[in-house]
Amino acid sequence: MNSLSKPASWEKFFWPLLAVALLLTLWHYSVIWTATKVFPSPLSVEKGLGELFRKHVLWADIADSLRRVAIGFGTAAVVGIPLGLALGWYPAVNQVLNPVLQILRPISPIAWIPVAIIFFGIGDHAAVFLVFLGAFFPIVVASASGVSQVPAVFRRAGRNFGLSPAQLLARVVFPAALPQILIGLRIALGVAWLVVVAGEMIAVDSGLGYLVIDSRNSGKRYDLVVAAMLLIGVIGLALDIGFRQLEKIRSVRWGFGHES
Amino acid sequence: MGPADTTTALDAKLRAEHVGMVFDRDGKSVSVLEHINLDVRNGEFICMVGPSGCGKTTLLNVMGGFLSPTSGSVTIDREVVHGPDPRRILVFQEQGVFPWLTVEGNIGFGLSKLSAADRSERIAHYVQMMRLQGFENTYPSDLSGGMKQRLQVARALAVNPDILYLDEPFGALDSVTRLIMRGELLRIWQTERRTIIFVTHDIDEAVQLADRVVVLSSRPAKIQDVLTIDIPHPRNISSARYLEHRDDLLKKIGLAYTV
Repeated sequence: MNSLSKPASWEKFFWPLLAVALLLTLWHYSVIWTATKVFPSPLSVEKGLGELFRKHVLWADIADSLRRVAIGFGTAAVVGIPLGLALGWYPAVNQVLNPVLQILRPISPIAWIPVAIIFFGIGDHAAVFLVFLGAFFPIVVASASGVSQVPAVFRRAGRNFGLSPAQLLARVVFPAALPQILIGLRIALGVAWLVVVAGEMIAVDSGLGYLVIDSRNSGKRYDLVVAAMLLIGVIGLALDIGFRQLEKIRSVRWGFGHES
Repeated sequence: MGPADTTTALDAKLRAEHVGMVFDRDGKSVSVLEHINLDVRNGEFICMVGPSGCGKTTLLNVMGGFLSPTSGSVTIDREVVHGPDPRRILVFQEQGVFPWLTVEGNIGFGLSKLSAADRSERIAHYVQMMRLQGFENTYPSDLSGGMKQRLQVARALAVNPDILYLDEPFGALDSVTRLIMRGELLRIWQTERRTIIFVTHDIDEAVQLADRVVVLSSRPAKIQDVLTIDIPHPRNISSARYLEHRDDLLKKIGLAYTV
């Protein structure tokens, strides 16, 4: 296969499927060869998945995880985008807030779990708060850098047409930075999905993260643990693919190098 | 300067008086413009030429109000220029159109104060004038380089400016498109009679377009010469008179290079 030639349409599916099949085979035989009693084989995970779907709590768990992500991520976007725009637009705001943000940013949301529990107690609010923290910083940073990277030509053209600073921000700077902001939102959504699982393992008793830890704690059901993990992966991928659809909106498409 | 330049303050649309510009670069002050004196009549087509990096664009930015001169002043209609203004629009070399707006959105950008009906009428007029019909809902990423520049000119004209500043607007285009664009610009200038100040490094472009060509020296830029091109449009670019002006200008630029 020439690396420059376009792969045939069957190849687009064949090779990735082959990789998955190989991985499953390797997993299957590893379980047999090591004769492990704890780690499940792909077949028992598949049975576990079936069991989860038949028990109706699974849908409630998925809904709870998605709801926590929606609230935490949504709040992070509502607070983070304006803050990022202000940081990128007003050097004074940046000078004051940037050091604080730079210190808070590298702290893993996981490290906030004890603090979250002090603030909100065990429950939904603590988990949502962790999701918010995870999503907040990527959004702020992307929005701020999006603004500071807006080409001077656009700002000058905007001023030339008589826009006030507020109009310039709304009609030129924001749309010019929007592709960057969307990239930040997409990263943040990924982080939010990572964090919600971790938060649910500790702070609440529902959701996919709780399903993982509960399956282990109540009877060491590792088939259910791995089944829940796979579900988390598939839903995370679906969220990412869904979000990427936004890049195709015509007014932001120019920023993503899509062939038109 | 010749008698053509002794315009009185009364009929000067734009007047630059002793304009000087000094930039601070790494603690050293670099003089970019020195003693620029120029009167531009209403409706005149001025080309500014000079060696690259001489400060042509800086001068245009001072005239447009994007930069404040360190000395001297620019007055338009006897009013000192203090900042950018929709009555005078600057057209950039490239990437000046807004990629998040359609052709219509770009042309209508400066028209938010108009009623919806007036706005769409104005947009339709300039779509027609700049030959962008059929592309009203197209985004700039789907337009050719020449069309993007036509769009930028359309967006500028739509707000009905008195003065159009053009900063090497066709510099990034291929030579055929550039020639077509010059024709379009002249056609618009003749129908709409705006004052045009056009920066270029292309001698032929200057002689084909301008009423007067302002020759700037190398940095710090001073006005070295002002040539009046008294050939009526359309100009025959192989006529003896055209070539004479062109050679004259080349000689002056050549002198500018041999300091």
